[in-house]
Amino acid sequence: MAKLIQTEEEILLAEAAHGLLSKSAPVSRLREMRDDGKRSDSELWQELAAAGWAGVLVPEAVDGSDMGHAAAQVLAREMGRNLTVSPFLSTAVMAATLLRQFNDTATREKLRQIAAGGLTYAFALDEGTKFSPDKVEMTAEKRGNGYLLNGEKRFVVDGCAADRILVLAKSDDGLCLFDLSNSAKGLRQDALEMIDSRDAADLTFENVEVSGEALLGEAGAGLDLLKPALEAGQAALAAESTGLAEAAFAMTTEYLKERRQFGIPIGSFQALQHRAAHLWCEIELTHSAVLNAGRILDENPDQATLAVSVAKARATDTAQKSVQEGVQMHGGIGMTDAFDMGFYMKRARVAAEWLGDYGYHAGRVAQMRGF
Amino acid sequence: MGDVDESSVLAAFRLEVRDWLEANCPAEMRDGASGEEAICWGGTSWVFTCASQKAWLERCAARGFTVPTWPKAYGGAGLSRDEDKILKEEMQAIGARSPLDSFGIWMLGPALLKFGTEEQKQHFLPPIARGEIRWCQGYSEPGAGSDLAGVQTHAADQGDTWLVNGQKIWTSYADRADWIFALLRTDREAKKHLGISFVLMDMRSKGITTRPIRLISGASPFCETFFEDVEVPKHQVVGTINRGWDVAKYLLTHEREMISNGGNVMGSGRALGAVLSEAETGQSDPVLRGDAMRAEVDSLALEMTLERYKDQAEGGQGVGDASAMLKYMGTELNKKRLELIMAAEGSSALTWGETPASSWLRTKANSIEGGTSEVMLSIISRRILNLPG
Repeated sequence: MAKLIQTEEEILLAEAAHGLLSKSAPVSRLREMRDDGKRSDSELWQELAAAGWAGVLVPEAVDGSDMGHAAAQVLAREMGRNLTVSPFLSTAVMAATLLRQFNDTATREKLRQIAAGGLTYAFALDEGTKFSPDKVEMTAEKRGNGYLLNGEKRFVVDGCAADRILVLAKSDDGLCLFDLSNSAKGLRQDALEMIDSRDAADLTFENVEVSGEALLGEAGAGLDLLKPALEAGQAALAAESTGLAEAAFAMTTEYLKERRQFGIPIGSFQALQHRAAHLWCEIELTHSAVLNAGRILDENPDQATLAVSVAKARATDTAQKSVQEGVQMHGGIGMTDAFDMGFYMKRARVAAEWLGDYGYHAGRVAQMRGF
Repeated sequence: MGDVDESSVLAAFRLEVRDWLEANCPAEMRDGASGEEAICWGGTSWVFTCASQKAWLERCAARGFTVPTWPKAYGGAGLSRDEDKILKEEMQAIGARSPLDSFGIWMLGPALLKFGTEEQKQHFLPPIARGEIRWCQGYSEPGAGSDLAGVQTHAADQGDTWLVNGQKIWTSYADRADWIFALLRTDREAKKHLGISFVLMDMRSKGITTRPIRLISGASPFCETFFEDVEVPKHQVVGTINRGWDVAKYLLTHEREMISNGGNVMGSGRALGAVLSEAETGQSDPVLRGDAMRAEVDSLALEMTLERYKDQAEGGQGVGDASAMLKYMGTELNKKRLELIMAAEGSSALTWGETPASSWLRTKANSIEGGTSEVMLSIISRRILNLPG
């Protein structure tokens, strides 16, 4: 396997991403968005697409940059540091990974549009309050050449702004994956007031008619088709959470050096030093798990499940620890809206739930390790 | 994983190693055992558990495989890291035991390779590689534990020799060792870190006595070692006189990596998953299962971190102070793992004998020996995070 250290290209990519985001999309941009009551940022997405980010997993033959999963993680990590709001995960990572399994003209055109920043996707997965992609009550009834979709999906990330929706529904032939327009007749979006200020919606499908072309692959093959997209998304979300943890931790250690109480910097108290040191150790381990998941996704994607779940579980846990310690060590100021730590905490909570929380992924690890 | 990018040279090496192991590793040494009872420590007092253990040691020593990465001139096989990895994988594949483990291999060897004179290397390294001389480590003292640089065991300069007086404690297997490497105070006036020398002594020297310490696990792996007017030749100092702390620091880094490797045993030895699925409590207790899952996730992430640090080291970027993290996380995880195994096995683990009880108790020392968890956190806090004070 390729080495678990960043390559020259990856380091350069991270530097470029850092430069772009600290200029165009620092945390203050999220704050402004929230204050303006906006939930998505299509202008920023155009800028990121122009930098090649939207095509990071789109084949070169359809104008993508096809840099691979490890590279997508590099970008996601930098976005995590800056709390960048974009459809990167849903569209550039997950939808691109899903669609590139097909080689027909229509799909190739979609991939081309994704890379150009002209087409965004959302995955409608959850029906309950927890991630569980195989638990599907939504129905797809055969209707002539097409299907009739009925059901509800919850917590659809990017569900308002996305141009298209990928959704699992059960048919007589098993679980089917559909690709349909988000403005299809009978499809309703109820926007959610999310704590992380981002776009998410509950979707209701009421007699939504789709043609036969909307079905991706074979009927009944929905979960198999979805798997690589979910794993790519989970790994990228783990990278985002790692970046988030690192940024929150950096704020905390800076504060430990500056803030004085009892006449000395609070960072000279051993009780705080040891907690900070422990958190650093946690971040180190998580960083390794994330790097490992990216390498395996690029080299041996069929064998990536364990690595991805270790990464998502670790990153979820580490990000939450980092923001919790961040608020506590900042004291009162950490509780204020004027200070950025709260944005990190809220995003960490949402990222923890999306695509499987700690328990989901630790459970998968245990299963694969013989528990 | 290993087979993907191997150049043809490495592939040829793998076949060669496979053949060599097939021809040379005795059947009895292929049981995959890696616990204390399976270790061959070597040395003049060593009693081989069977003829196969002796043969396995001798064959490996002749091929340089007891210390595969050491230069051939000093008894090694001169293997690169990739080759070493292949050797380990192939040994693991047939369940081969380690032919020889010792403080000479883990600690003194690396110190001599870095700080020793050519004469010292020629003299001391080959017998370590052959398992003829067993070494112990004389670091801690009753008054110098976490504050290791406070050692007081004194070596007085007598011209051609040192005259050593004092006491060491926690000297592992001192009662069975042939030689000791120790930190001795050679300058009482200098700042504490700058008055220490790294000295090698023959345990048969007049004036050295040892006394085993019985531990909570029932075993006595550690001793007290007393020095009373012990005469030591001057040339048995490694590195510069009064700069022994440099050698000690280098070795502590090694020791930390080693201990954290020992903690990284979820994948080898008895996997936690297997214990849990066999034990009745392991199946029915959701809290235990949850804790075990967490330990499993963490240990996999630690394994990946060890791999990452090795990759970094190969790229010329030393692990340095981050070894404190490996030591801290590795040992804490290992303690947790044994707690979980004890809980999973319930009352059946509460007797001595073929139970995890003594291993469980032994792990409690992991986060004390070689620098406590608290010392590791302080190292990280000061040297990596640059926190004040």
